[in-house]
Amino acid sequence: MNISCTRHTLDNGLDVLLHEDHACPIVAVNLWYHVGSKNEQPGHTGFAHLFEHLMFEGSQHHDHGFFKPLQGAGATLNGSTNADRTNYWEVVPSGALELALWMESDRMGFLLPAQTEAKFTNQRDVVLNERRQNYENRPYGLAPMALLAALFPPEHPYHWTTIGNVADIEAVKLDEVRAFFRRYYHPANASIALAGDINPDAALALVNRYFGDIEAGERVDPIHVDAALSRDVRIQFEDRVELPRLYLAWITPAMFADDDADLDLATDLLANGKTSRLYRRLVFDERLATDVSASQNSREMMGYAQITATAAPGHTLAELEQVIFEEIARLADSGPTDEEIDRGRVQAETQFMFRLQTVGGFGGKSDQLNAYNVFLKDPAYFRKDLERYQACTKASLQAVVRRYLDPARRVTLSIVPHGRVQLAAPDSTTAVVS
Amino acid sequence: MTVDRSRLPTPGPTRTFPFPAIEKSTLPNGLRVWTVRHTQVPLVAFTLLIRRGASSDPAGKDGLAAVTADMLDEGSGDRSAIEIHEALARLGAQFDTDIGSDATVASVTVLSRFTQRALQLLSDIVVRPANREEDFLRVRQLRLHRLAQMRDVPGAVADRSFLRLVYGSHPYGHSAVGTEASLASLNVDDVRAFHAGAIRPDAATLIAVGDCDHASMVRLAGDAFEDWTGQGAAEPGHDGLLPQSARLNVVPRPRSPQSELRIGQVAAARDTPDYHPLVVANTILGGQFVSRINLNLRENKGLTYGARTAFEFRRQPGPFVLQVSVQTSGTATAIEESIGEIAGIRGPRPVTPAELELGIAALTLGYARSFETGEQIGRAALQLALYDLPDDYFEQFVPRIERVTADDVARVMTAHLDPARLVTLVVGDLDVIGPDLGALGLGDAVVLSPDAF
Repeated sequence: MNISCTRHTLDNGLDVLLHEDHACPIVAVNLWYHVGSKNEQPGHTGFAHLFEHLMFEGSQHHDHGFFKPLQGAGATLNGSTNADRTNYWEVVPSGALELALWMESDRMGFLLPAQTEAKFTNQRDVVLNERRQNYENRPYGLAPMALLAALFPPEHPYHWTTIGNVADIEAVKLDEVRAFFRRYYHPANASIALAGDINPDAALALVNRYFGDIEAGERVDPIHVDAALSRDVRIQFEDRVELPRLYLAWITPAMFADDDADLDLATDLLANGKTSRLYRRLVFDERLATDVSASQNSREMMGYAQITATAAPGHTLAELEQVIFEEIARLADSGPTDEEIDRGRVQAETQFMFRLQTVGGFGGKSDQLNAYNVFLKDPAYFRKDLERYQACTKASLQAVVRRYLDPARRVTLSIVPHGRVQLAAPDSTTAVVS
Repeated sequence: MTVDRSRLPTPGPTRTFPFPAIEKSTLPNGLRVWTVRHTQVPLVAFTLLIRRGASSDPAGKDGLAAVTADMLDEGSGDRSAIEIHEALARLGAQFDTDIGSDATVASVTVLSRFTQRALQLLSDIVVRPANREEDFLRVRQLRLHRLAQMRDVPGAVADRSFLRLVYGSHPYGHSAVGTEASLASLNVDDVRAFHAGAIRPDAATLIAVGDCDHASMVRLAGDAFEDWTGQGAAEPGHDGLLPQSARLNVVPRPRSPQSELRIGQVAAARDTPDYHPLVVANTILGGQFVSRINLNLRENKGLTYGARTAFEFRRQPGPFVLQVSVQTSGTATAIEESIGEIAGIRGPRPVTPAELELGIAALTLGYARSFETGEQIGRAALQLALYDLPDDYFEQFVPRIERVTADDVARVMTAHLDPARLVTLVVGDLDVIGPDLGALGLGDAVVLSPDAF
């Protein structure tokens, strides 16, 4: 099981990844820029994402919006920004590959001449509405802001969310667009994957033709800033919600680092699905909670593990907190069962097989190739990635629970209905979030 | 070779992509078994369609079909809910149930080597749910909690209120989850009776997509489902009358930074002969990023993160609805512009040749990508089974879309939409937007409670 792939690096530094799959007459074009909100500075948050929006508003030789020609060619397309990277993708009928490469290369090489105050103001307003829709006007929507701010100190690049702070977004100037583009949007900081119905030699020639003349930019050095919690940071805020919700979070290893896969499986068996220990106890047996979930959120510099549970009416977050730590302690003391390990392995195998089904879009094969290439310089990592999961043992899961899910070094966030602060986990201070 | 950036390259031809053939059989008990050969990855995707959904909820028992679907995986025979999920987890199975207006769907995808065990488990779940009272009480309680939480979700409040406004007591007028009052009135005998009357083989189609030949899949399905018997009960009737609601309705949400809007009316059923022109018309109006409404509200005015419209085709006439969240200060503008766009495409501002060409191309040229995964193919086949579409439906889709003209667009939008009958629903800060709404000329706003489902 693997994603077969060849990698070429153009003279200007652009990595080109090619994967053939002729099942459907479509090609996925997936372009990653190794820049995300972690490359922002305090006071200038939200910029990488706002910039992503501007990439869809036209470039020098096609200054009419990015969507129209591609949708007219039968493509689907999108982009996204997270803390570590920005990606752009199109899935096009095979015959429209050249069009997609023309468009992507034009915005890589010739974006700035097409930037105007009017476009900029419009997309800033769109982003402010995205923030209202997905965070401010959504129950518990401000939880990520509070969690990240408590996990990472103010100067740490993971302290803020990718959507950014309202005041920062409102203060952005068009000049910053130019500087940001020159710094991060160039071939040497990018990786393009083509997956699907391609002839690799012809596809490489096309990429070379459209991207080969774009000037290499200055290499972007990886950043790394350490962070560690030294205590239990207990915070709460009131929200327009019906039921109180508890969030527990810990700083954990980075994506693909040692212990990352073990934590992924450990959080799964704690609180992912009806067979998980916490679902069973909190939702099924004792009915203290209406839902519970957990995840290891891996990132490039480091990750954070998170457990989330919503209290059933009549119950407090203190009750949930106690049960959750009892179960963490039980897992730390006795480790998982053989059955839990077996299930974790077969679920990983299925998950990996699922990831081979699509060439494009978020999480498709082209996106995975770029993830492995950008973060590990190893586009053939798929098989090794699965091996990380197959190598997990009872002892390794037990060890990561002991080491990382430490009750003494964590963030404990309570979000409670307005006027019901008594439902919060005890000894929490009020967090100001917006 | 240098790059010519003076114009965009013209896309070349793309080879045609035939929709994979569906092989069909019917078991002695009436269960239809459809298979599609799909060998890209060693997975098999099962989709079990039952043609009974939330519109089959008996009067006063809103939410019963959904609770019944939810109870399917809460234990079977002697096995508890947890044991059923442990059995699924041992296969690494992805299991899901989904409830719509016209259908209940159970789906499970597994590695090919677990095909037989997955079918047996799917049968245990769908055919022989334990339907124990203690599980029912727990499941109902969780649904009541979810309903309470939905009061704070503007989109959920808007969806529910809109359906009630345009459908009233019609079977499509309630959301699948039901209401607090209707859920509270249900008991486990209701679930058992609904299961006995609705979850029956003569209303069901099992669709298997994967590396499997038809004959052996039919044999395996026969083994797994042979003791599933009985006939579906008659569907509750309805007079089909629709309410005449006010044109403008508001659910107050004080201090809301955005207004959640729904604008629409009851429109067309899936079997309308106007289906293909309506799909093209909707694509141009609000069905894609470069649609008129999204370009107007987002790319021109910056009032929203995105706006879209859809005809929700169902077995009976389904709703046309525009949905958008707009900044509070832009609420009235967004309503006025949206209604203006809907009215405009009916005739005053007919679709241009360029718009038509783009809309048709967007729907047809990338059609193949809808059939990439086993689950996508299974969902496509499900459409045929649910709406009684012919076997050559997918082959015919592209040529039928290509034949749509600008006149067709104006004609079907005039026939199926009437700006004077559009119902607008706003979930937003009434104190702030009230004066602007009054100036829209849509009459007095009717103020609704978020609990008035």
